Amino acid sequence: MRTPESGPEPLIFELSHAGRVARAQLPPAAKGSATVPPALRRRTPPRLPEVSELQAVRHYTRLSQLNFSIDTEFYPLGSCTMKYNPRGSNQYAMLSGFLARHPFAPEVLGQGLLACLFELQDMLCAVTGMRAVSLTPMAGAQGEFAGVAMIRRYHRDRGDAARDEIIVPDAAHGTNPATATMCGMRAVEIATNADGDIDLDALRKAVSARTAGIMLTNPSTLGVFERHIGEVAAIVHEAGGLLYYDGANLNAILGTVRPGDMGFDVMHMNLHKTFSTPHGGGGPGAGAVGVGERLAPYLPVPVVGREGSRYRWLTEQDLPQSIGRLSGFMGNTGVLLRAYVYMRMIGRDGMRRVGEHATLNANYLLARLRAEGFDAAYPTRRATHEFCLTLKRQARELGATAMDFAKRLLDLGCHAPTTYFPLLVPECLLIEPTETEAKETLDAFVAAMARCLAEARADVELLKQAPHDLPVRRLDDVRAAKSLDLRWTPAA
Amino acid sequence: MAFIPHTADDVRQMLTVIGVSSMEQLFDEIPESLRCGVLTGIPPALSEQEIGRLMSERAAADGQPLNFLGAGAYEHHIPAAVWAITTRGEYYSCYTPYQAEASQGTLQTIYEYQSMMASLTGMAVANASLYDGASALAEACLMAVRAHRRSKSACVLVPRTVHPLWRRCARAICSNQELKLPELAYDRASGLTAVNALAAHAGSDITALVIQQPNVFGLLEPVDELTDWAHAQGALVIAAVNPTSLALLKPPGEWGQKGADIVIGEGQPLGVPLAGGGPYFGFMTTRLEHVRQMPGRIVGRTVDLDGKAGFTLTLQAREQHIRRAKATSNICTNQGLLVTAATIYLSILGPSGLEQVASACQGRTSELVERLGRAGAQLRFPGARFHEAVLTLNRPCETVLAALAGQGICGGYDLTEDYPELGHALLVCATETRTSEDIERYGQALARILSGDRP
Amino acid sequence: MTDTPKDLRYTDSHEWLRARPDGSVEIGITDHAQHALGDLVFVEVPDAGRKVTAGEACAVVESVKAASDVYSPLAGTVLESNTGLAATPEQINKDPYGAGWIMRIKPDDPGQLARFMDAQAYAALVASAAE
Repeated sequence: MRTPESGPEPLIFELSHAGRVARAQLPPAAKGSATVPPALRRRTPPRLPEVSELQAVRHYTRLSQLNFSIDTEFYPLGSCTMKYNPRGSNQYAMLSGFLARHPFAPEVLGQGLLACLFELQDMLCAVTGMRAVSLTPMAGAQGEFAGVAMIRRYHRDRGDAARDEIIVPDAAHGTNPATATMCGMRAVEIATNADGDIDLDALRKAVSARTAGIMLTNPSTLGVFERHIGEVAAIVHEAGGLLYYDGANLNAILGTVRPGDMGFDVMHMNLHKTFSTPHGGGGPGAGAVGVGERLAPYLPVPVVGREGSRYRWLTEQDLPQSIGRLSGFMGNTGVLLRAYVYMRMIGRDGMRRVGEHATLNANYLLARLRAEGFDAAYPTRRATHEFCLTLKRQARELGATAMDFAKRLLDLGCHAPTTYFPLLVPECLLIEPTETEAKETLDAFVAAMARCLAEARADVELLKQAPHDLPVRRLDDVRAAKSLDLRWTPAA
Repeated sequence: MAFIPHTADDVRQMLTVIGVSSMEQLFDEIPESLRCGVLTGIPPALSEQEIGRLMSERAAADGQPLNFLGAGAYEHHIPAAVWAITTRGEYYSCYTPYQAEASQGTLQTIYEYQSMMASLTGMAVANASLYDGASALAEACLMAVRAHRRSKSACVLVPRTVHPLWRRCARAICSNQELKLPELAYDRASGLTAVNALAAHAGSDITALVIQQPNVFGLLEPVDELTDWAHAQGALVIAAVNPTSLALLKPPGEWGQKGADIVIGEGQPLGVPLAGGGPYFGFMTTRLEHVRQMPGRIVGRTVDLDGKAGFTLTLQAREQHIRRAKATSNICTNQGLLVTAATIYLSILGPSGLEQVASACQGRTSELVERLGRAGAQLRFPGARFHEAVLTLNRPCETVLAALAGQGICGGYDLTEDYPELGHALLVCATETRTSEDIERYGQALARILSGDRP
Repeated sequence: MTDTPKDLRYTDSHEWLRARPDGSVEIGITDHAQHALGDLVFVEVPDAGRKVTAGEACAVVESVKAASDVYSPLAGTVLESNTGLAATPEQINKDPYGAGWIMRIKPDDPGQLARFMDAQAYAALVASAAE
């Protein structure tokens, strides 16, 4: 089989040289004996690279340089909240006293860490209007799982096991219906109307004695505020269901509105979105869950508790109705510390300023982009912290799709916005600048978008063949899925 | 205002462009009744200097006790280069590589990681990570139920020699989908999964058997016999393994006649610090035929328009953002940064480095067992082990551990709650990071405590 | 312009049905469906001998951007499936009504076939869905 011409950087395995070892990293010899019964012994070594330390450092440093990142480019990825990841958060989360701590080390030797986590729980309650928080879910999706699992347990404990339906707007993020399935429930989709609000008639028809709850985010995935949230809450509560808040868009309303005050009974927060912990190329996140009074007994364990001046972990003994553990340990502790540091630096008044300036930046971009000739998906609505453009007119008139614009933006040094989500908006670009971007950066983005539009009018192939200036050109993802090449194997 | 660059001028100009006169107007779609006013539960902002001071004080207060704890998270030397590179902004602050052309660094790193984990476990393919080992076990159980067409029971046998917290986590995650996770007893003398516990299930419809290697007691299970038994019953085998041990031990892909079907484990030992419990990462590898049932992201190699090699996320149609309610899992964000660290760690250590680390761990644990034996502890299970051992003491573990903590030593994991039948049982661990001096210090402290002397 | 052969019947979930001389019913997905999915990369077909109910999901077609269930419109037994699609899923894109057939079913009630919409009705359905 012909192997493709090599990419910008060889594979680490292609740099390997038999017998090469990073000597400085070898452990001192141990005194005790080390044997494995022959039947259980590994016979051939694993195929790991054999390179010098410098070769490894050079290789992975060079690979990192092939990436776009917040530290290097504007990253207006809607629904992801790509705000600055403060270096201070990283530095203090990685202090050696925290880094060296074993999760099962005695609590008496972990009061510093536990104090940070306890205070984080409290701050998250304050900013969300929830009564209690568990920090253990390791991502938003796990937080959603915890939330829906709590709803399920709540109904069962009340003898209402028939409630197995979770209502989800058709614009919802895919994790929502996937979570419903993981919890043994059925996802029931309802329509969003042309203004971007939930269709209340559809909601009234959808609720029944089988409704366990509804999963919503507000602002919605369409980037607009659900204006009838009060009625939505009333309809669902009256039908006996609970309200779950997907915290992905919390940045828009941080410090201005609290989900608890909107009628939500349970929610997750995305600490890697709203609270600036790093995205790391795909995680780690942290999806802390908050609950009102009704669901407090069901929180996943462990939770940090305080007795007098002493902190300790509350476990299944303390919370016998807990839905249980979602992790082998206590969740993504290092991520939690970063969120703690960030929240302490933002402080009381800062929370509101985050929401305000995120909203300001998004509305500014929306106004400027419309002036340049782009169409808002919801032209009568305010942007929240993000907004949808629809490029269906450009697709029809010029043959340039949202994907084509996205790829050309990469050439112009911007990471593309989110494309094709939410699914409701044709040729969608979901744009979220965040509050940490300066006006000049926003203006540069508008200029880049305007340039893409001009290029689409002059020579649409420039967009359709983009990117041109990156380490690779557009990749064949059909081939990737059909001719699966998921690991390196040595040449025969 | 921290991390908000706007000047008053900027704000004024921007409001003008938008066509409003105040920031407040931007929120005019939000009912007034929903405004929360001042957040009293949040303290005023601190500068980086002030929060840095507070964090330093708290970290210092926790100190750095001498660690002999394992029980699923292990202290290993992490080469300085690993986190120096992993915390580079280009790795740290980028997102999921959906725009593949702008993410070749992350994508190639993950591809290399997938290659290493597949080889380390002896399997065909790997995913790009799950949250941690315990939740990976839950996902493996769900995957086995999906992948095993003929079995209708949704029954996964879980030995009691599987880590108790992993069993609890699997139960918490799987119980909503009506999976049954019956537990299997272990043999009291050997500490290994009991043959007669298996026999009780012979002939029934079993979807899968979980085999943890080394098991929670640090002991080496008879994986070949267990694997063959499961396959003879028509069940799939889920292997839960320690990645460092795989430098010495036969990988799950070679267990029994046909090898394990799904492999998971906790990846933390590969270059990830203990950090109070996370973030870690779960790894999962499997047979090629099950790749579409495997949750999580997968990176594939392909070509670009010029025929040049490149990497992209693939098989995404199984994932939540496309398949929605029918997705293999709801997982979206995973543990990308830790995978980066693990890949660099494995590249620097290489096969012989990893083997030497594993051998040193085994050796140090033997040294520890011998020294603590002389201090009055009894070795509970005499069989072959990796880097942990169960010792029984002459008084409750809780008091011993508290006394040791007072001397800055984390003595081990108390097994009493989950295995009361073992008496005062302590799970101890010594990795390559423990020196003979460390072990001697523990031995002396323990000797004093067990002989009833005041510490 | 999507193709809608006049001799076939159609469902509103974009499957087509063809009555075969031996009394079996052949089933596939329409040109409209394959176009919406894009290049197919994987197809999962049901085992021969499997009993299916009307409306039961029994096959999966997967492209890079979507994975869709294919529903059996009729209750019956699967006689055979187009196992060649494993190697060449793109047959469904190239020839959705011919070489891209997915499965052949022996219906419990052959009379049911007439209850599905004809080519004209399906063409109207597709046209109205496209704004």
